[in-house]
Amino acid sequence: MKKYTFTESKDTRSGFGDAMTELGESHPNVVALCADLVGSLKIAPFIKNHPERFIQTGIAEANMMGIAAGLTIGGKIPYATTFANFGSGRVYDQIRQSIAYSDKNVKIAVSHAGLTLGEDGATHQILEDLAMMRAMPNMTVINPCDYNQTKAATKAVADFEGPVYLRFGRPVVPVFTPADQKFEIGKAWMVNEGKDVTIIATGHLVWEAIKAGEVLAEQGIDAEIINIHTIKPLDTAAILKSVKKTKCVVTCEEHQANGGLGDAVAQTLAKEFLAPQEYIAVNDSFGESGTPEQLMVKYGLDSKNIIEAVKKVIARK
Amino acid sequence: MQTPEIKDIATQVRRDIVRMVHGCKSGHPGGSLGCTDIVVALYFQQMKINNRKGKGGYISFKMDGIDEDLFFLSNGHTSPLFYSVLARRGYFGIEELSTFRKLNSRLQGHPTTHEGLPGIRVASGSLGQGMSVGIGAAMAKKLNGDKNLVYVLMGDGEQQEGQVWEAAQFAPHHKVDNLVGIIDLNGQQIDGSTEQVMSNRDLKAKYKAFGWNVMEIKEGNNIEACIAGLRKAKRLTGKGQPVMILLYTEMGAGVDFMMGSHKWHGIAPNDEQLAAALAQLPSTLADY
Repeated sequence: MKKYTFTESKDTRSGFGDAMTELGESHPNVVALCADLVGSLKIAPFIKNHPERFIQTGIAEANMMGIAAGLTIGGKIPYATTFANFGSGRVYDQIRQSIAYSDKNVKIAVSHAGLTLGEDGATHQILEDLAMMRAMPNMTVINPCDYNQTKAATKAVADFEGPVYLRFGRPVVPVFTPADQKFEIGKAWMVNEGKDVTIIATGHLVWEAIKAGEVLAEQGIDAEIINIHTIKPLDTAAILKSVKKTKCVVTCEEHQANGGLGDAVAQTLAKEFLAPQEYIAVNDSFGESGTPEQLMVKYGLDSKNIIEAVKKVIARK
Repeated sequence: MQTPEIKDIATQVRRDIVRMVHGCKSGHPGGSLGCTDIVVALYFQQMKINNRKGKGGYISFKMDGIDEDLFFLSNGHTSPLFYSVLARRGYFGIEELSTFRKLNSRLQGHPTTHEGLPGIRVASGSLGQGMSVGIGAAMAKKLNGDKNLVYVLMGDGEQQEGQVWEAAQFAPHHKVDNLVGIIDLNGQQIDGSTEQVMSNRDLKAKYKAFGWNVMEIKEGNNIEACIAGLRKAKRLTGKGQPVMILLYTEMGAGVDFMMGSHKWHGIAPNDEQLAAALAQLPSTLADY
């Protein structure tokens, strides 16, 4: 097992905010919009440096998505920011018609995705957004794993023409990917090569997969771990290559089992190469209040559950 | 352009609308006919449009619309009107109007950029979204130092959508004063009169309270009144407030039996009805 260490933990949303500060200087056409969540999205420095390129929409996300679409017509690169819950389900039709169908170069950048938003509870814990956005034609869906990768992804999508759903989170998680990484949209990132099982993870569950991999290695199980930061387009070639070698797969996401990364992988395997699969995901339920750590355990998303799923899937080979 | 000529264009556009809707046995003639005068006035008189000709002798359409006025149709079901005006204005050939709502057409049931039809800058049809997009385009113009204006046409039934009021609140707060909204007050919607279905009450007072500079065009089916009203609206721009025109129209205007009710919101005329309609709308330019 390749050794991964981290010297600090940070929230992924700070990766977004710090990238926006840099984009403020490097990309004069980048405009930020926010629906009354500036502090949560960490974009205060961007606003301070470029007040004329910040648009406060108030608590009105539908209008924000439309304005973002309109800004692209004049050549701007708008980042429409809010919580994932309010930047997906609440405004699905606005994104569908004014952004995706209209092929507008809008970056929907959303924080506080999933259970680990924590104490605010299920009203704010969106666990269906990847499914919704995956189903949307013309939408690129990105879910990076740590601070550095979120920062790299935020910068990369500015140079990509087309609508993007960029999802990150509230909790502080280990920073283990390199600061100078090149972010390639749609390209899987090999975390660890192995032969017994493929663990495909997205978001901060990549770190849980690494922790699981270390324990499994001690037990003589050699896990291949793949970080899928781009849910759509999915790097099916990398997934198939790995599963053809290991013959089984565990998918890990902070999302419903229905319609997320696991289903995207299952769709690929069903068409190309049948293999047993186990899901680490939320099983058709809403979340609840609690600390991020408590919720990860209660809803079965932590490394302990990944280890169990790996053993189960290997037994099914 | 002199007004007699522009009246002829409006009559021909009305002919196009009823023929297009008849040709595919579907579509929305009522609102399209009611808004004909204002949209013809915008495209043939009021708006600054890039007239550079490109491929096939048609207007060389640029999505960014820099140095032009922009128009957004929020009530996208009046697409036959929009397509006829765009074709007659020179964005694409009038013969393409015959493909309206048919398979493999660029003239989809509701307007879209997706098929690459020149003249269209955003999809519309799901109501309530156009004003937000227009605001964004207007703000981009300000950021670009582009002094031209953005026009957005909405329906009165559409005012029942919540997003309309998010946009209504936003534009005055941010002093988006290069923006002219137009509400087509034909008083009708699918299920009946707006009064009956969901009263808008006093739209003038509402928009004023939200901070708009509100004006009226009482005779929305008099093209000279539309031209005069649009000139006035332009004079009101640049003064720190967005401008809203309340446009009083008659659904189905120009075809007597389509007027006076919501019945012709979304149905097509049969052969006899088409003939009766065309008898009231002499061909002034060549038919497509």
